[in-house]
Amino acid sequence: MESLLNRYRNITVLLLVIMAQLVLLAVSAKNDQDVRFIRIWTVTAVTPVARIIEGFRGGSTGFLQNYILLHDTRQENQRLRAELDRYKMENVFLRNELNTADRAKALQVFQAHTPSKTVAATIIATGAGSNSKVVFVDRGTASGVQRGMAVVTPDGIVGKVIAAYPTASQVLLITDADFAAGVIFEKSQVHGTLKGQGTPQCKVDYVAFEEKVEPGEWVYTSGDDRIFPRGFRVGIVKAVRPGQPFKEILVDPSGTQRGLDDVLILIEGVHQRIPDAPSGSQPIYIAPAPPGNDSAKPADAAPVASPGTEADRLRSQYQTLGEEQKHTYGENPPGTKPPDFTKLPNPGAAAPGQAPAPAPANRTTSPAPAPPNGGAAGQAPAPTKSAVPPAVTPPNPEVRKNPASPPGAPPVTTPVAPPKTPAKSTTSPATAPPNAGTAGQAPAPTKGAVPPAVTPPNPEVRKNPASPPGAPPVATPTAPAKTGPAVQPSRPAKNPPAPGAPPAKNPPDAARRLNQAAGVPPGGQPH
Amino acid sequence: MTYSGERILLSSQREGQVSRFRAWVFLAVPLLAILFQVYVPRFFPFLSFLEMPLLVVVYFAIMRRNQVSGLMIGALVGLAQDSLTNNPLGMFGIVKTLVGYFAASVGVRLDVEHGLIRLLLGFFFYLFHQFLYWVMSRALLGQQMTFDWQRTAVLAALNAVVGVALFHLLDKLREPA
Repeated sequence: MESLLNRYRNITVLLLVIMAQLVLLAVSAKNDQDVRFIRIWTVTAVTPVARIIEGFRGGSTGFLQNYILLHDTRQENQRLRAELDRYKMENVFLRNELNTADRAKALQVFQAHTPSKTVAATIIATGAGSNSKVVFVDRGTASGVQRGMAVVTPDGIVGKVIAAYPTASQVLLITDADFAAGVIFEKSQVHGTLKGQGTPQCKVDYVAFEEKVEPGEWVYTSGDDRIFPRGFRVGIVKAVRPGQPFKEILVDPSGTQRGLDDVLILIEGVHQRIPDAPSGSQPIYIAPAPPGNDSAKPADAAPVASPGTEADRLRSQYQTLGEEQKHTYGENPPGTKPPDFTKLPNPGAAAPGQAPAPAPANRTTSPAPAPPNGGAAGQAPAPTKSAVPPAVTPPNPEVRKNPASPPGAPPVTTPVAPPKTPAKSTTSPATAPPNAGTAGQAPAPTKGAVPPAVTPPNPEVRKNPASPPGAPPVATPTAPAKTGPAVQPSRPAKNPPAPGAPPAKNPPDAARRLNQAAGVPPGGQPH
Repeated sequence: MTYSGERILLSSQREGQVSRFRAWVFLAVPLLAILFQVYVPRFFPFLSFLEMPLLVVVYFAIMRRNQVSGLMIGALVGLAQDSLTNNPLGMFGIVKTLVGYFAASVGVRLDVEHGLIRLLLGFFFYLFHQFLYWVMSRALLGQQMTFDWQRTAVLAALNAVVGVALFHLLDKLREPA
């Protein structure tokens, strides 16, 4: 037996191995589950080696790709950089094209919506001087451009034409040191004179130190300079520093912030309204006027603006009054009975021959007699406000928000206001011609600062919230009214102020001049 | 034994000299062959025709000139190959067991260091391997596989050529006599 096994050992082993594998195969095929450990052993033996080989292969491949096959990376990098530069240039060009299109569209929209008649122009050159901020535009006298016209963009004013040639015009930019324009602040409605400094920022002069101007406040053109119509954006107040007698206010011009390529030249400027600034003050209750007071009766005819300045209108009113009472100003000896100013036509009413204006909507501003609140009580009477549309009238939230004040309440005991009231009417574009507010004023020189007389700061008037912006100092003729309810003119210095009345202040020079022209002494007492 | 290009048949079994290999060779070479089978076609699909485990089994079988060693090598390599497939264990095992046995049997009679003998052995055993696998698949597993003689013959020839080169490389791993 042993020899038999030795003799057929090989075939026996073969058969045993084949049989074992057949059994293994049969088990695997029948039960669909084979001897798992064989697979585990094989996989465990093969996969680590495969992982090593894969790692070696990956490393080799990475080495090849990163170090050997990157011999042309430098050239490719240069090519890509050149391509990037080309795309950057193309991008800049396309952005410029887009900006140009945007500006053209903005100009077109602005031109279509602004009431002023404009002509579009493109800046073609700058001034030769190193310090001058002057540019040339491609519109000249052939296009109707004249010296002194305003140049604006949808963002704000840009400058003014200082020289007009047939095919081009020279524009003095707002940032030039010789530039000046009358401006008004959005919230406080304070007037001032904008001046260039030769730097990107401008300053606003002639704003009294007691005025409240805050950084971030918008500045608009006031129309006082007879160059820029009222209501055009000028810029934003960047800094306000105290000073004596005027504040130092720096303004960031908005018209030149986005560069200057295309501008609009105002061929015929039309005054616009200045947007109302939100007010955070609380409404104050003001009692209705007492009955039976004749002076409290509102005028039947609503006042309208006179064609001239406030001074002209006031002078005509006082002259009319003097003629009615056979009083000649300046020719009466001392002790002569002064004219009865209580019979003065409705303060702020139109001068003879003027057309009546529509009745005011907010005549509730006439307060009770001399309320302690000087800002409200000493304000202009209702007729004054009636001449001023609410849109243009600086907001007096204290009064407007008073629900107890009936519409049309008579301005009883505030005769102080008459002189101030005409000022309001001048701010009304509805009742005054475009330049009515500044008619008669000294026009600002084309080159140089606007004379202070054009937009003099009248703190007394401006401090009154009800007073309109840009009220000229002609309000001083009514100074006697501040001394008390009586309308008898008297020197304010000698008369003690009425309780609650605001302290009398000296009128500015322009007011004095206007008073003298009207025959009214500085104190408001006619001779 | 001295190599003679003219003699391909051994006159007696005593003329045949058993080649000896180190132990790691019996472990590493089949492992690398299986790795080649499962790894290289991943990157070079056209190399999937190579049946490296079969060539390794044939080589070790004919060089060891021992039928038991041949069938055991064939069985282990076949089972390992089965383990890396989705087929039941034993298909490649049985086929390669038989290949190893017959290759060792042939190696006893032939001068297996002759290049032509190696080429013919490689060609024949590839055909035998593929045919036996086809038969077993149909008989034991009931799979309806087709057997393309022409394609199989071409692949057998390619494997035989590669086998000759592989056998020449594996000869370097033999222990000197």
